[in-house]
Amino acid sequence: MAVVSRLNAQPKPTAVPAPMQISLRGVRKYFGASGFVAVDGVDIDIPQGQFFVIVGPSGCGKTTLLRMLAGLEGLSEGTMTINRTDPSRPENSMVFQGDSLFPWMTVFDNAAYGLRMRGVPETDVRESVQLWLERIGLWRFRDRFPSQLSGGMRQRVSIVRAFANDPEILLMDEPFSALDEQNKMVLHEELLRIWEASKKTVVFITHSVDEAVTLGDRIMVMTANPGREKAMIDVPFPRPRNVLELRHQPAYGDLVFNIWEQLREEVQRARANAEGDK
Amino acid sequence: MARRSSFRGADRFIGLLTPLVLLGIWEAAARTGLIDARFFPAPSSIVHQFGALIANGELGDNLMASLRRLALGMLVGGVPALFLGLAMGISRPLRAAIDPLISATYPIPKSAILPLVLLIFGLGEMSKVVMVALGAFYPILINTVMGVANIDKIYLDVGHNFRASRWQVFRTIALPGALPSIMAGIKLAMGMGLILIAISEMVAASDGIGYMIWNAWQVLTVDTMYVGLLVIALLGFIFSVILDEVERLLIPWKGNKA
Repeated sequence: MAVVSRLNAQPKPTAVPAPMQISLRGVRKYFGASGFVAVDGVDIDIPQGQFFVIVGPSGCGKTTLLRMLAGLEGLSEGTMTINRTDPSRPENSMVFQGDSLFPWMTVFDNAAYGLRMRGVPETDVRESVQLWLERIGLWRFRDRFPSQLSGGMRQRVSIVRAFANDPEILLMDEPFSALDEQNKMVLHEELLRIWEASKKTVVFITHSVDEAVTLGDRIMVMTANPGREKAMIDVPFPRPRNVLELRHQPAYGDLVFNIWEQLREEVQRARANAEGDK
Repeated sequence: MARRSSFRGADRFIGLLTPLVLLGIWEAAARTGLIDARFFPAPSSIVHQFGALIANGELGDNLMASLRRLALGMLVGGVPALFLGLAMGISRPLRAAIDPLISATYPIPKSAILPLVLLIFGLGEMSKVVMVALGAFYPILINTVMGVANIDKIYLDVGHNFRASRWQVFRTIALPGALPSIMAGIKLAMGMGLILIAISEMVAASDGIGYMIWNAWQVLTVDTMYVGLLVIALLGFIFSVILDEVERLLIPWKGNKA
């Protein structure tokens, strides 16, 4: 039966020295009567402050995993333990895939959403939102509606919306997948810049190996259908990182190649499965 | 850009020209006896009658009577429709419970209910208000339910992820998200209200624009009949201009691209 715990307690003393912010044990998720298994027995430990990336072929259950962490889906089996360091802050905020800004709110109101929902005084909301919008260069667009912004600007606002809420954990679901290469590069740099200053725990989902290696401390490669852990890879590059210089290093290319090899099998298997279903 | 706006200017000019030319032809045909002026009085004589009806206060009184019923009816039918629609949009069980009733009663022509409404509410003001209310209720209800129910699921996910309460979800997501659809419902309701006020005043009233038109038929003052039609057409036009403006104010995120 499902055992779900969201502990607010202090981390218990364990063999691992770094306090784990997120611990998943035997997490499974299946849907409805079809019994489709999206996530099949995942164990993950993510220490506080780590940039954790999950990479896998489309349909491998990585979004489902993230939605479980966000509390938007329940677990079918297993346990999920979130250790809070500061219960006064929200546990997590999510940056969604695609357009998730409210079209009826201005940039400012969108960015202020999380803070207002938890009743932060309006003067503090103003201060915080201004800080974050300035940091990402969108303060002068604060009165615009999302329909008046480019795709890249919109995604920056949804990143601000999550950061301004000041959660312990940031969940990011392929936030840059709809953007062009140049925008992506700029946003990678911006994300790293503001994240390195905040040291939040991040769980980042992507199908792009380059993105995973550029951003992550540790990368989990997932198998497709059902979603399991295929490999866990540490990214050795120091921080702060310069995206362009990083990509120029031979070690970067080797790591990308290595992960691609793991992933290629999965993509082919996923395709074979899809053909077989026809 | 300049090219485009000059085209738009030309379009507008042509759009104005057509009715003026037709009116000119009508005027000439009526005066020369080409068409029967008893059925199609010359525009000039309609305008003359228009002035006379304003001068003797008849038009003003009838217009006020109709407008009062229309406004009351829109409120009495529209406000409950709005609240019920929002509730039905949010609550699946409520939608399941009430949807069949709506689907079953919606196709009944509202004009067919008029005798029943007269029976229940009598010949007084109430019956006319109820007719407009019935006409306003359905389009506003159906559009509101649709507007709320069709809100993109991702917005609700955002609300839940940011721990918005039920009331906050309603106020910050359901209501603004449904607003464009609600406005479309109000516009439909306004059109329906005009139709129903004309019909019910023809059958069961002693004042109002509908009554004025019907009375003109009975005493065969055809000019007055045309004045009544003209007034209803003008009302429809003015209401749609006002509602477009209200829509621009309420839904500023639509259609003002940078």
